[in-house]
Amino acid sequence: MANPSYLALGTRIISGIDKLLSTVIASSPYRWSSGIVRRAGLTGRTLVIAVPWIWLLLFFLIPFVIVLKISFAETRWLGSPPYTPLLEWVSGQYLQIKLSVGNYLFLLSDSLYAKAFLSSVKVAAVSTIICLLIGYPMAYAIARAESKWRNTLLLLIILPFWTSFLLRVYAWMGLLSNRGVINQVLMALGFEPIVMLQTDFAMYIGIVYSYLPFMILPLYSNLEKHDLTLLEAAVDLGSRPFKAFLSITLPLSKPGVIAGSMLVFIPAVGEFVIPRLLGGTDSLMIGRVLWDEYFLNRNWPVASAVAIALLLVLVIPIMIFQRYQAQEAAGAMKS
Amino acid sequence: MNQNRSMFLLSSLVLGFAFLYIPILSMIVFSFNESKLVTVWGGFSVKWYGELLGNRQMLDAAWLSVRIAAVTATGAVVIGTMAGLALARFGQFRSRTVFSGMVTAPLVMPEVITGLSLLLLFVAFAPLPFVPDSRGFSTITIAHMTLTLSYVTVIVQSRLSTMDDSLEEAALDLGARPAKVFMLITLPIIAPAMVSGWLLAFTLSLDDLVIASFTAGPSTNTLPMMIFSTVRRGITPEINALATIMVAIVTLFVVIAGITMSRQEKRRQREMRAVAIGT
Amino acid sequence: MAARPEERKAPWLDAKAQPYIRIEGITKKFGEFVAVNDVSLNIYRGEIFCLLGGSGCGKTTLLRMLAGFEQPSAGRIFIDGVSMEGVPPYERPVNMMFQSYALFPHMTVEQNVAFGLKQEKLPREEIESRVADMLGIVKLGGMEKRKPHQLSGGQRQRVALARSLVKRPKLLLLDEPLGALDKKLREHTQFELVNIQERLGVTFIVVTHDQEEAMTLASRIGVMNQGYIVQVGTPHEIYEFPNSRFVTEFIGNVNMFEGRIVEDEPDHVTISSDELGGPLYVGHGVSAAPEAQVWAAVRPEKMILSREQPSFEYNRASGVIKEIAYMGDASIYLVLLDSGKTVRITQPNTYRHADDRLTWDDRVWVSWDESSSVVVTE
Repeated sequence: MANPSYLALGTRIISGIDKLLSTVIASSPYRWSSGIVRRAGLTGRTLVIAVPWIWLLLFFLIPFVIVLKISFAETRWLGSPPYTPLLEWVSGQYLQIKLSVGNYLFLLSDSLYAKAFLSSVKVAAVSTIICLLIGYPMAYAIARAESKWRNTLLLLIILPFWTSFLLRVYAWMGLLSNRGVINQVLMALGFEPIVMLQTDFAMYIGIVYSYLPFMILPLYSNLEKHDLTLLEAAVDLGSRPFKAFLSITLPLSKPGVIAGSMLVFIPAVGEFVIPRLLGGTDSLMIGRVLWDEYFLNRNWPVASAVAIALLLVLVIPIMIFQRYQAQEAAGAMKS
Repeated sequence: MNQNRSMFLLSSLVLGFAFLYIPILSMIVFSFNESKLVTVWGGFSVKWYGELLGNRQMLDAAWLSVRIAAVTATGAVVIGTMAGLALARFGQFRSRTVFSGMVTAPLVMPEVITGLSLLLLFVAFAPLPFVPDSRGFSTITIAHMTLTLSYVTVIVQSRLSTMDDSLEEAALDLGARPAKVFMLITLPIIAPAMVSGWLLAFTLSLDDLVIASFTAGPSTNTLPMMIFSTVRRGITPEINALATIMVAIVTLFVVIAGITMSRQEKRRQREMRAVAIGT
Repeated sequence: MAARPEERKAPWLDAKAQPYIRIEGITKKFGEFVAVNDVSLNIYRGEIFCLLGGSGCGKTTLLRMLAGFEQPSAGRIFIDGVSMEGVPPYERPVNMMFQSYALFPHMTVEQNVAFGLKQEKLPREEIESRVADMLGIVKLGGMEKRKPHQLSGGQRQRVALARSLVKRPKLLLLDEPLGALDKKLREHTQFELVNIQERLGVTFIVVTHDQEEAMTLASRIGVMNQGYIVQVGTPHEIYEFPNSRFVTEFIGNVNMFEGRIVEDEPDHVTISSDELGGPLYVGHGVSAAPEAQVWAAVRPEKMILSREQPSFEYNRASGVIKEIAYMGDASIYLVLLDSGKTVRITQPNTYRHADDRLTWDDRVWVSWDESSSVVVTE
């Protein structure tokens, strides 16, 4: 909660705004225009829905339609924009629709893309599992820690999340490079240095490191709500503590596990920065392929087709995540 | 048994935090390294901070990023609060399903897709008169607002759903009109959520590389874009210094916020205990 | 108990009295579900009217329509002769005390109470003096600067009451006003609530699921079930002369005997009941067809328990004591009748030592006076 002095200030500001508003409302141009607005059927309620609706329609939904459209166009190497139009007035007589599935056929024919998709899903899945294995005990330990420590521990989880993602990935370059900190330590101990940077190993570390807070936070908020008497009841009924954990806590934490896993898996599939900075030049991650198609090859239709294909791969996990979100929201409203 | 379990939990916490913090700590340590060879210790020095502050390009990029982040956060809080209100308070309206889907999708959408789709939008609409001629500040800000308003919506919505509905009804009942109820009751109660939404949106915008790279024009460079093009060529002590400054600022903010919050929580609990004893 | 009977007028018995609140055929549907079904009520100035019913019976929906938070699907509401159709909550001469109290957490006690007056744009001095007066009435002097979280449950309840009364509404709606208080505090607060109401003369409509609360507070009670008002009457009428099985069973404890009318005279009826194992004699007329299926209801405290066989041939049965619950002031006996039915009997513990105390498995006779039972037909 906010502190009282801040609130006092807030109340003062609000009462100022209030006075201002009532002056404005009392002034005749406002009354006149608000009358028109009301007659047009525009209420505050409609406005509150309409503004975000229109924003998301313009900058979220329509862009996808455009991506979809361009993915069916043909690449035009010389020209701006670098793709052919779908609709064309042929000699001013009739509208011609040119749908080209060539880009998708190209994705299928060149095994590079299939491999990139498969390896992205694999890397994301493995990273998700590692995050879960590291994150679950941590979330559990924080949720069961003494209440005076809980907020501090949670703060320590969130803190890296507030600092630059790019710089945190960069930090691993310093640790993992051939003459980096880890190899310096190894050599000081008399071992041979190991090549770690620009390998899959480095990429996994980077993804797990960057996305671990996304796993821990939903898990924690789920585990923290558990009624501990349930565990006591299970133990009282003769279950051993570990068995009680397996049969009570673990099933109850399923929503947290799903939310955390989706929050790690979905963005990890399309990750670009981590493979680019930590992975090898041969690391085939689809996010990187899309980036290169666009920035290096300037092949917009193929980049769009890759984006649509990536979206199709992710549509099921995204739907699972959204269903979970809706359930959580409904649960929060009930309680 | 119990002993083993708490040992396991404790060590998982210690190892987990070591994993989270060792990279950051090593970056901080080496930012004070005299040597140009980043990972070989050559004595204490603050010269890289001096070089960083003399780097005109880097400072310009940082200033641009801060401006974009501030506008983004403010816009995202306004629109995100509206969306949160609509989802938490308006019950079932006709387009609710599509609306809530659109609001939560950007949370998990891979950045490359969001970036590419917005870029293609800006290109497609470029001939229209009201669209800015060149891509840069405005296009990046629009893209960042779209991304971050979802986060604000979720935060505001969850605050609203834990707020007693009858507070607003009570204010109506006592004679306040709906707009006034919002100003006097709802807004002060969700203000902390809006503040944290603003900070989150600011941080996300300041941090974003991928979407900014897509939506920026050729002459625009945000701070993450500058950092990226520098570190792509390898590790440099200057970036270590920059990282240390950013970590220091964030830590300061978060620690102050954390201390204020826990003080308040303690005082609140003390007051509530006093009431419990007093009655 | 709430007020001395000779002081309490009964305007609902006066044909010339004008009702203060008129509810005419109100219906509220949520989709297919009918929450409130064709409810009509007349409520008079200065009444404490209790809407009593279980959860989901429609009482809260009715209250919310009076406050203006819900629009009726059909029917009209008049307050002091003015139709409330299309009048938003912020323009109604009605205030509500919410079940959760709904105290604004970011405002002090004083600011909470002053909120409604500020909306009326009254001069500051008047707001201050009215708030101070009201806080005095609810005994919260000295608490002005506290925030809601610094108050106990009882204090919060009084702030909520003060906040809703300070605007001098024509009608105060109270949604489970005592629900969040513990038992001791509840009893005390009940009387205080009635005192304040009498002092200010405001009309109260109280929603409650607690029949005891309704009994002690109300001038009249409206019992609701599944969206309908099933009976309206004074607490005494509702308890002693329930008009249906539902009301009989909802208010207090009761023993029900199913049976058929065998003799139907203007001054008495005789009912044969297999559940009793003998005839029932009721000392008043019943408007039901002969041979009709009826239920005779007898309250546990109106039954007599003895070892000796009663001298009369009706309203009696023999059985065995199965359970005894000692409550201090009284004991509850569960007696298994020879017919197989179990009845509940309350007997006051008048003496500290009883030589011939009834105990488990004793054979006993259960009986009651001819004026003690009520016959209901549905």
